Amino acid sequence: MTARGLEVSDVVVEYEAAGRWLPAVAGVSFDVVPGEVLGLLGPSGCGKSTLLRAIAGLERLVRGAVSWDGADLAPVPVHRRGFGLMFQDGQLFPHRDVAGNVAFGLQMAGLGPAERAPRVHELLAMVGLEGFERRQVETLSGGERQRVALARSLAPTPRLLLLDEPLSALDRALREQLAEDLARVLHETRTTAVFVTHDQDEAFAVADRIGVMFSGKLVQVGTAAELRAEGIDRSVRAFLGN
Amino acid sequence: MARRLASLAAVAALALTLSACTSGGQAKPSSTGGASGSISAGARGTVVLVTHDSFVISDALIAEFKLKTGYTLEQRAPGDVGVLVNQLVLTKDAPIGDVTFGIDNTFASRAVSNGVLAAYRSPAEGTSAAKFDLDSSNNLTPIDYGDVCVNVDHGWFSAKGIPEPVTLADLAKPAYKDLLAVENPATSSPGLAFMLATVSAFGADGWQGYWSQLKTNGVKIDAGWTDAYTVDFSGSSGKGSRPLVVSYASSPPDEVPAGGTTAPTGALLDTCFRQVEYAGVLAGAKNPAGAKAFIDFMLGDSFQAALPGAMYVYPVSSSVKVPDTWATFAPIPSSPFSMDPAQIDKNRDGWIQKWTDTVIG
Amino acid sequence: MTARRWVGWGLVAAVPLAFLGLFFVLPTGTLIARGFSTGGSLDLSGFGEVFSRPRTWRIVGLTFLQATLGTVFAVGLGIPGAYVLYRRRFRGQWLARALVTVPFVLPTVVVGVAFRSLLAEGGPLGALHLDGTLAAIVAALVFFNYSVVVRTVGGFWAHLDPRAEQAARVLGAPPWRAFLSVTLPALVPAITAAASIVFLFCATAFGIVLILGGIRFGTIETEIWIQTTQFLNLRAASVLSVVQLVVVGAVLGVSGAARRRRERALHLTAVDAARERLGRADWAPAVVTGLVGAVLIALPMLSLVLRSLQTSHGWSLQNYANLATTGGRGVLTGTVWAALGNSVRTAFVATAIAVVVGALVALVVSRRPHSRSGRRAIETLDAVFMLPLGVSAVTVGFGFLIALHRPLGLDIDLRTWWGLVPVAQAVVAVPLVVRSLLPVLRAIDPRLRQAAAMLGASPWRVFQAVDLPMVRRALGLAIGFAFAVSLGEFGATSFLVRPDRPTLPIVIYRLIGRPGAENLGMALAASVVLAALTAAVMMLAERWRPASAMGEL
Repeated sequence: MTARGLEVSDVVVEYEAAGRWLPAVAGVSFDVVPGEVLGLLGPSGCGKSTLLRAIAGLERLVRGAVSWDGADLAPVPVHRRGFGLMFQDGQLFPHRDVAGNVAFGLQMAGLGPAERAPRVHELLAMVGLEGFERRQVETLSGGERQRVALARSLAPTPRLLLLDEPLSALDRALREQLAEDLARVLHETRTTAVFVTHDQDEAFAVADRIGVMFSGKLVQVGTAAELRAEGIDRSVRAFLGN
Repeated sequence: MARRLASLAAVAALALTLSACTSGGQAKPSSTGGASGSISAGARGTVVLVTHDSFVISDALIAEFKLKTGYTLEQRAPGDVGVLVNQLVLTKDAPIGDVTFGIDNTFASRAVSNGVLAAYRSPAEGTSAAKFDLDSSNNLTPIDYGDVCVNVDHGWFSAKGIPEPVTLADLAKPAYKDLLAVENPATSSPGLAFMLATVSAFGADGWQGYWSQLKTNGVKIDAGWTDAYTVDFSGSSGKGSRPLVVSYASSPPDEVPAGGTTAPTGALLDTCFRQVEYAGVLAGAKNPAGAKAFIDFMLGDSFQAALPGAMYVYPVSSSVKVPDTWATFAPIPSSPFSMDPAQIDKNRDGWIQKWTDTVIG
Repeated sequence: MTARRWVGWGLVAAVPLAFLGLFFVLPTGTLIARGFSTGGSLDLSGFGEVFSRPRTWRIVGLTFLQATLGTVFAVGLGIPGAYVLYRRRFRGQWLARALVTVPFVLPTVVVGVAFRSLLAEGGPLGALHLDGTLAAIVAALVFFNYSVVVRTVGGFWAHLDPRAEQAARVLGAPPWRAFLSVTLPALVPAITAAASIVFLFCATAFGIVLILGGIRFGTIETEIWIQTTQFLNLRAASVLSVVQLVVVGAVLGVSGAARRRRERALHLTAVDAARERLGRADWAPAVVTGLVGAVLIALPMLSLVLRSLQTSHGWSLQNYANLATTGGRGVLTGTVWAALGNSVRTAFVATAIAVVVGALVALVVSRRPHSRSGRRAIETLDAVFMLPLGVSAVTVGFGFLIALHRPLGLDIDLRTWWGLVPVAQAVVAVPLVVRSLLPVLRAIDPRLRQAAAMLGASPWRVFQAVDLPMVRRALGLAIGFAFAVSLGEFGATSFLVRPDRPTLPIVIYRLIGRPGAENLGMALAASVVLAALTAAVMMLAERWRPASAMGEL
């Protein structure tokens, strides 16, 4: 198999509301090549988070396929896809300390405590939380929690990292700071990633390429410059604010 | 996916192993009893006795039975006499035992007419026992008898200077208003016996009228013997408020303090209903020979002699002596009320219904 | 993938379903079916017969009235109790928590005698004229079930993140307002769980209704008992059993709907939320709980203890010394201590079965499938495992005896199997285990499980890493409840237990059913021992935490 990265083709996901099944993602296709960070930008409710969860294997596909390096992922359960997912609110394990959270994925991969410790240290350093190993997660600030969540997602070196609005719960100053850090970390670790956000500045700061989603459809994909240059759908433009 | 299934199967397997482990740990003690009537080591097998929850037999007697006959005795006791008989009826196609003890004359006909029992005439049944025979069919063998009587708190009456009542009719007199506690015949065996005593005494036409008078006279109805005797009766250690209660002729000796020479309570011997308890071989028994051997054993001197102490009843055999305290404190009523078991069986449910209508309303 | 995942969950569900099928549905169904067959053909005339009797309607009405009143009071008084005992801290709290549970296992006949001794004419509270009234029955029902509410709601409350309520306070809500608008809605899943259990317990209460109410306050349960054991009228009993099942089904349906409206992932903390010391501001719940504890719980128990210390020669421990004997004139075949040993051994087995089966049920039922049919299957499963609480012990007991001889055509006779006693007790305990675990499992944010799965954890390891640490307290609670149910179970046990190996409640029942101060004294002393054992088990269960299977770093 060649290193083709992520291929999403014609994916449809539905949700049930008042007894009827409605499409949340209505036939979306795109690729992410290894080492690339793709931003999915769109207003809330456009289906971008659902699409992300579908890639992770957390949502059932009604139609279409998600494949990695050419291999269809349909038969691969969530925990064997080798992907990482970072939630908007971190979802840290409350009964484990910081190190316990970061090491979790390594533990699942079968690493012993001796191998885990240096890796945990290295990742905490990378996200700027050196020496936080023994802290209880309940005592962390919002920004610190998201840094731990990022370190936790990166620890098992996922072949694809999925980020679901990782910064939107934070205040503006912190968000800008963390967006820079995130971009740096992703590029330093050459992580392939899909980054979901409703904030275009954030998307432009972190992503190499940006896909714009609207009403369950991917209306356009391109670099920041391309998106700004090309004329696009009026409703999207209204949302993007230019 | 395979891993996922495997791990889920592991949870299930763990559950099974856990229960299996624990069953392995507990199985041992009961295996000596030969749980499903299987062969017991070295001896002639097991006899399974199905009885009521008041049945008591000492380990010494079980050992003696084994020594004499080679059978190991195993017991089942699903509940009171009503539960016992109904269970025998419900399981008659596949009985859970070989021999039964404890069916009394108030339920005997139900057991016999449902074909639960196999006929057996024990050679050990002497003439004194034969007086208590249910009928000539030999389905049931009498083992013991006792009387349900109104018990009286002597101290209460002497303190008040009121003469104690003597007959059933006395209980309805205004002098004894609010003094009597009885059990509901629908939920209590002594309650049923006492109701039958009143039917026997006042006849099919008069007994309901008598109960109306009792009701007017403030009779207290309790669900069972325990709360009537231990809560409402003033003569028990519960120190209740009523000096008259329906109990057994054999209850007074137990209220005599250790070393005491007078009984604080007594039975009113003209208010008694005679209950006879029977044993029988179950139809379809796996071990009918063992069942018969146990009936013979129950009529033998050692079992008969133990009856008063163990179960508060009189032996049917005249060749054993009852305890001295019984002769003093629990005399046998000379002419208790009684009734043909077939008549009881025919009318029991209807009478209880009428009783409920009259007394509860 | 989804289909295969459901095969996996199906396998997990298969174990408890097989258990319930063999040890509950089959026996109960066989007995009920027998009532509807005459000479081998279906005969439903019993319905007309039973429903044409005005007494039936009166009894159905009384059952509802009793159970509703019992549930309303138990829940109303239990919520302040849960707050004081699980959300605040004070000296001696651990003891209070354990004592509150004791009534739950006391033999009904003992409680009946204790209550009546207080209420009967001439008793300490005789002037209130409560003997034989509905109020007495309801008080006893609350006495038994108070702890179900306190522990189920309290166990959940202890985990609830206090910040939502704090946020409401900061926004200007007075404490009661914050409680009503933020905390109470969050507690609804635990409250409905407790209320449905209590309702079923109240609706099927038997001994206490007979003793305290006489025949005037008959319920469906007492009527089934009388029809089955005294009249052998299976037709009427089967009709009433169906009525009972319909009532139970309706109650479960209503409580399920109420719960689902409220259900969502709540923010639960893994460790107990920091508990403040009980303070002046808590006076209202503290006074309510203090009164309930003193009057309703402590008074009957104290009178029990005092009476157990009385003998014909005055105060002494003689009744306790007698527990090493076989009773006055050898009423028992073994000593009371031997019976205690039997009870404990049986309870260990019953608890193991109930916890394994109950945990599997709770795990399956806590899932939230996407498809409507999947959700419906789970709702049904949820309700089915509650049924044993709502069916008469006499139906189950007789059912065992007629159905478990060659069950399913197999050449085995399970009726005489030693394991039937713990199995029967486990059937009753499983619903409590499920209800203890489920509110917590359901409140776990599913994204937490997804986070673990995304990091490579298999479903089993997700369970170990996320579910297990969160339900540790609830699991301790569930184990304690299961043990307590087994220790106190009388109805089904009395049908199945071997008389030469009786459990403690059976022995107590036997002792109290005989004349003589010595036997009554022993029965009361044995009840106190049973109560103390229960309190000790509950204290242990509360402190017990299964070692985190993952081995924290």
